[in-house]
Amino acid sequence: MPVIVAENISKKYIIDHQRKSGSPSLRDIVSEKVDKLFSRKQDNSDFAEKEEFWALRDVNFSIDQGDRIGIVGHNGAGKSTLLKILSRITEPTTGQIKIDGRIASLLEVGTGFHPELTGRENIFLNGAILGMAKSEIRQSFDAIVDFAGVEKFLDTPVKRYSSGMYVRLGFAIAAHLNPEILIVDEVLAVGDTEFQKKCLGKMRDVSESGRTLLFVSHNLTAIQALCNKSFYFEKGMLIDQGETTHIVTNYLSKVSHKSLEKHWDNIESAPGNDQVRVKRFKLFPEYQDDLNHIDVRTPINFQFEFWNLVEGASLNLSMHLYTFTGECIFNVGTQAETFSKGLVSGVCEIPGHFLNDGSYVVSMMIVKDTSTVLYNMEEALIFDIEDYRENVTWYGKWPGYIRPQLNFSIRQTEHVVND
Amino acid sequence: MASQHSITIKAGGSEKDYWKDLWLNRQLLWILSKRDISVRYKQTLLGVAWSVLRPIMTMTVMVFVFSYLAKIKSDPGVPYPLMVLSGLTIWTFFANTFTQISNSILINSNLVSKVYFPRLLMPLSSIAVGFVDFMIAFGIFLVMTIFFKHPISWNIIFLPCFILLTFITSLGFGLFFAVLNVRFRDIGQLIPFLVQVGMYAVPVAYSSTLAKGTWFEKYYNLNPLVGIIDGFRWCLLGDKAYFNPQSLYSTTIISFVIMILSLIYFRKKEKTFVDHI
Repeated sequence: MPVIVAENISKKYIIDHQRKSGSPSLRDIVSEKVDKLFSRKQDNSDFAEKEEFWALRDVNFSIDQGDRIGIVGHNGAGKSTLLKILSRITEPTTGQIKIDGRIASLLEVGTGFHPELTGRENIFLNGAILGMAKSEIRQSFDAIVDFAGVEKFLDTPVKRYSSGMYVRLGFAIAAHLNPEILIVDEVLAVGDTEFQKKCLGKMRDVSESGRTLLFVSHNLTAIQALCNKSFYFEKGMLIDQGETTHIVTNYLSKVSHKSLEKHWDNIESAPGNDQVRVKRFKLFPEYQDDLNHIDVRTPINFQFEFWNLVEGASLNLSMHLYTFTGECIFNVGTQAETFSKGLVSGVCEIPGHFLNDGSYVVSMMIVKDTSTVLYNMEEALIFDIEDYRENVTWYGKWPGYIRPQLNFSIRQTEHVVND
Repeated sequence: MASQHSITIKAGGSEKDYWKDLWLNRQLLWILSKRDISVRYKQTLLGVAWSVLRPIMTMTVMVFVFSYLAKIKSDPGVPYPLMVLSGLTIWTFFANTFTQISNSILINSNLVSKVYFPRLLMPLSSIAVGFVDFMIAFGIFLVMTIFFKHPISWNIIFLPCFILLTFITSLGFGLFFAVLNVRFRDIGQLIPFLVQVGMYAVPVAYSSTLAKGTWFEKYYNLNPLVGIIDGFRWCLLGDKAYFNPQSLYSTTIISFVIMILSLIYFRKKEKTFVDHI
């Protein structure tokens, strides 16, 4: 029995380019406002500066009761927009969705937490915001506190909570909602390992009790562990749906064909200045299997090429690798060398079994005389490393930024002989 | 088990069950109001005492400036400080609720983008704080009448009507500005100015008799707050305070019309709040 049926869902956003030509005067605002008040037409084609953007386009699907749906796709593929429409935060531009059952969505942990209020007060506030009745909250109050592990801090304002406690409390409340359909957006990205395990466990409970789950995550391992079916979104369209294993494989094979290269053929328009200009920045993965995707095993080579425009310049390269959230994992530099005018190329090898799974951002600096930064190419390349594990039955997010394989062994050093 | 929760989402589809949803979410309304009240004076030294101090300080300043310096007369038989304080009490209620309603959507923007509930809950819940302050200011006023030995009039039984009218008017202006505020942050800058200027456009520091027989009297009386403030004062201070009962019709009609238009505008725009916030 389908609990969610979506027909021809589309969502259009209007991108406003008006602000480009300086800031608007009060007169502009007023006249625009007056126009809007009195014009019946929704699509006002007089505003040529406005551009349409379809965040979702003709999406059709049907979800049966008890299905656990994983939703995968790149940033901007329309996943979040779909969840927003399903949770009624925004309306679709066209199409309709029929939903049978009480729906609860967790697009963020601790929605509406007020920093000045205590943990206790926030449980009631957040519960009410998520749609729980007061009696329901009271009933599960102890379970929530216990799950979050914040007994001692119940009467402390949440602004004094550590971020971990904050997230735990937020998830604990949501986990005790009793909806027939649960929508979860990327909440596992936060919190420590212990807690992520708890969350996954809780979501598994939800799905095993016959309720319906929709789960968006970049953590494919978690999706594979939790969801029986998956949707794959690209550019606002639902391009594939089916068994999770099939979808994930399909997704991974496409992910790695993402542009891992930036290049400029024209020296005039290339980024840089009158001393150096960037020609090419490319990432060469040494794929470990025929799926052609980068996972934790894959060695990665970076090649960076630039034009040196100054004769006899003493240059070196300095590369920073950041996590997607902006923490620097490392910074490496080359030796300085003297170059004549022409192309200069640098190569950096990152071995396999070194970086953990996640999204990474590389920036490259060209440095003169080992002291002056000539050009800093920030966010030069962005790439994803997928998870891969063997002989492990645990599917939580692997902690840490790096994931080296070290010589780490255990052996029995003494036998106790029973007599 | 699920049939009672069956919904259909489509463009313009939230219309049908809107008022039912609003009713179902009344607990949330209560909780949001309680949140605003309990957060109000967190981490202040004087706490709730601010609600008492503010009206007293404003009244003192106004009485000094208008009565001693500008020598404005009150209606005969009404002590000037009581006239100011009564006007100030209801004007402050209006000004606070109007300001809070206008900002309610922006202040709760984190909720707008993450959870669904009828958006009207936010302006409605934001009224609570202003109402609590009003009750406190009203208490101060009552204490002052004892101090000035001015008898409270029996007209006070009409007081709830004027409080309701104030509420309707602030909702009328507030909802309209709340919608604009989402799109244009200019509104946030404009509101304090409007409130400041507005106080001089209504009979807080002076009596409406001053406007009598002038060329602008017609326009002056169109302002629903004029009728409300005069009426509120009449309820508390008795027939000596100037009040033209005729103005009650225009006040009521104008404030309801504004409220209904704003409500329609709000309902039309609330679906797109999340796209602009």
